[in-house]
Amino acid sequence: MAGQTLYDKLWQDHLIKNCDDGSSLIYIDRHLIHEVTSPQAFEGLRLAGRKPWRKDSLVATPDHNVPSEAIERAAGVSGIRDDISRIQVQTLDENCRDFDVVQFGINEPGQGIVHVIGPETGVTLPGMTVVCGDSHTSTHGALGALAHGIGTSEVEHVMATQCLTQKKMKNMLVRVDGQLRPGVTAKDVVLAIIGKIGTAGGTGYAIEFGGEVIRAMSMEGRMTVCNMAIEGGARAGMVAVDQITLDYVKGKPYAPKGEVWDRAAEAWSDLYSDGDAVFDEVIVLGGEDIEPQVSWGTSPEMVAPISAQVPTPSKESDATKRTGMERALEYMGLSAGQSISDIKLDRVFIGSCTNSRIEDLRAAAEVAKGRRKSDSVKQVLIVPGSQAVKAQAEREGLHEIFVEAGFEWREPSCSMCLAMNADKLGAGEHCASTSNRNFEGRQGYGGRTHLVSPSMAAAAAIAGHFVDVRELAPVQWQEEVV
Amino acid sequence: MKAFTQHEGLVVPMDRANVDTDLIIPKQFLKSIKRSGFGPNLFDELRYLDEGIPGQDCSGRPLNPDFPLNFPRYQDGSVLLARENFGCGSSREHAPWALEDHGFRAIIAPSFADIFFNNCFKNGLLPIVLAEEVVHQLFEETHGREGYSLTVNLEQQQVRKPCGELIPFEVDAFYKHCLLNGLDHIDLTLEHSDDIRAYEQARREKSPWLFDAVQ
Repeated sequence: MAGQTLYDKLWQDHLIKNCDDGSSLIYIDRHLIHEVTSPQAFEGLRLAGRKPWRKDSLVATPDHNVPSEAIERAAGVSGIRDDISRIQVQTLDENCRDFDVVQFGINEPGQGIVHVIGPETGVTLPGMTVVCGDSHTSTHGALGALAHGIGTSEVEHVMATQCLTQKKMKNMLVRVDGQLRPGVTAKDVVLAIIGKIGTAGGTGYAIEFGGEVIRAMSMEGRMTVCNMAIEGGARAGMVAVDQITLDYVKGKPYAPKGEVWDRAAEAWSDLYSDGDAVFDEVIVLGGEDIEPQVSWGTSPEMVAPISAQVPTPSKESDATKRTGMERALEYMGLSAGQSISDIKLDRVFIGSCTNSRIEDLRAAAEVAKGRRKSDSVKQVLIVPGSQAVKAQAEREGLHEIFVEAGFEWREPSCSMCLAMNADKLGAGEHCASTSNRNFEGRQGYGGRTHLVSPSMAAAAAIAGHFVDVRELAPVQWQEEVV
Repeated sequence: MKAFTQHEGLVVPMDRANVDTDLIIPKQFLKSIKRSGFGPNLFDELRYLDEGIPGQDCSGRPLNPDFPLNFPRYQDGSVLLARENFGCGSSREHAPWALEDHGFRAIIAPSFADIFFNNCFKNGLLPIVLAEEVVHQLFEETHGREGYSLTVNLEQQQVRKPCGELIPFEVDAFYKHCLLNGLDHIDLTLEHSDDIRAYEQARREKSPWLFDAVQ
């Protein structure tokens, strides 16, 4: 019998039963909740007279709607100016109170983007099944967990039953061999992967990310990669557990301790794909071939290296793709053949569940240090992913580097990733953004999003247009590149 | 949940690949704490020429005359014909809620994004996967003939064209059963309560760190 993949093992470990109709009941260990996709689920429980099956599996925090400006944030929920945003956050408060669910409230130390606070607190752990009414739940797969987004009906279903009815997905391995060049980050890796497999390439699959590049990556880098599995069509992305995983988890507030830690760590050390495991699909990239990436279109697969040009639709043979490219260029206000580095930016956003962790902020600060944003850039937002990230960045003095560079240091929230709070692009504005989606209107009505890494975003803020971060980087990088 | 057995409806073409959930229902409408009322904001940024604001009366907004949903011939359409990877992007169930609220009962496409596909079944909305060339042919026929309707029979797993031609489709047995009978998924799962408890007890003993850590 062939060995098992990591996904096979996680699936098997959570399988309650296979039903006659071909579906399976899967047990859910951790359920994260935020204000946008939960109100209708709580209402459903109320109407049916149900209670959560296992309260200690639930952790809630508001993130999508909460303001990032300190002044608006100071008064807490009641200070949210947008009436309907405030009602949604209040509704989460009320639901957590009524159903006795643990919540990290708007200005409490544990608050943050749900996919940032899970790993950093030990609320999400290796070997867990993790769900949340949010497609970027794939982030938690970086810990060696089976994590994916669900809709609101399933939020209610998991609260009521602790299970999901599912069909097993197929296995895909995305292997990134070799080493990354200096200045190339996890974000560039995942954008390059999506550029290669396409936005639907992973549909129906659970993706395991492996290879030397992933093995050498920090946990936060792995989270960035898994976060965007969904942008490649895969609900779940994951990375095998290794010493880097264990070192990261150990000592987290909700991680096991003492003798229980030893037992857990032993159990987790089996969370990798067996050498003879068979994947339905294997994709291989060379780490050395990956350059800093910039998205030019309105789908995350529309991405190019910084040294490249905006592609020419007429050279695309597939008619549907060609039409999509033409529409994207029109929406983005770009011309075929234009150099990526000629794209000028109106705003820059560094944040989101993809890139708002401490390493992301350090990378941005490294580029920004001693420099100033270009006068042509109207605004540079730095939005830490959690209260803990914010506090750590302030201990390291990163916020001062940002402020001196003319950037704005904000409060933890999803912010301009999806513009549900006040942080938005104006129509026609170009934004270098460390977020995950460049869909039409995503960051504001008519806004034009370019997905990049934190260091590339900071470099663009300084230059006023896209620039190879390695040209702006500290001296030691330049020497290695040359 | 609303049962789905057979449905005959006017076909509306959405001739565009990779239609994402932000296009289906933009984020500002996700602030609602209700399940209903999303229909007028379905495809908001494509459908109207101005920026949509939650809670506004959409009847006086300027319509985009080039968007099929606004064509007189596609009013009252209830079968959406789409291209590959329909519903990609976020997990927001507001997307199927908006489609359903507008009056759609079935969506035909060569492929769907996973989470959206699942969400449809929870809302009495049937996503049907047909081969790309078949979908292409349906687009041709829809464009070519006003009043073009299709009949979807879930029991038989067939789409019937006006000419009488039958196109078979695959559907997951569990979802089919639930849709045909309008069954509540939670009730069905709770029938397995004893199995869930037994599993949970064993898991608690084997992996105690997964329990009671957050209180």
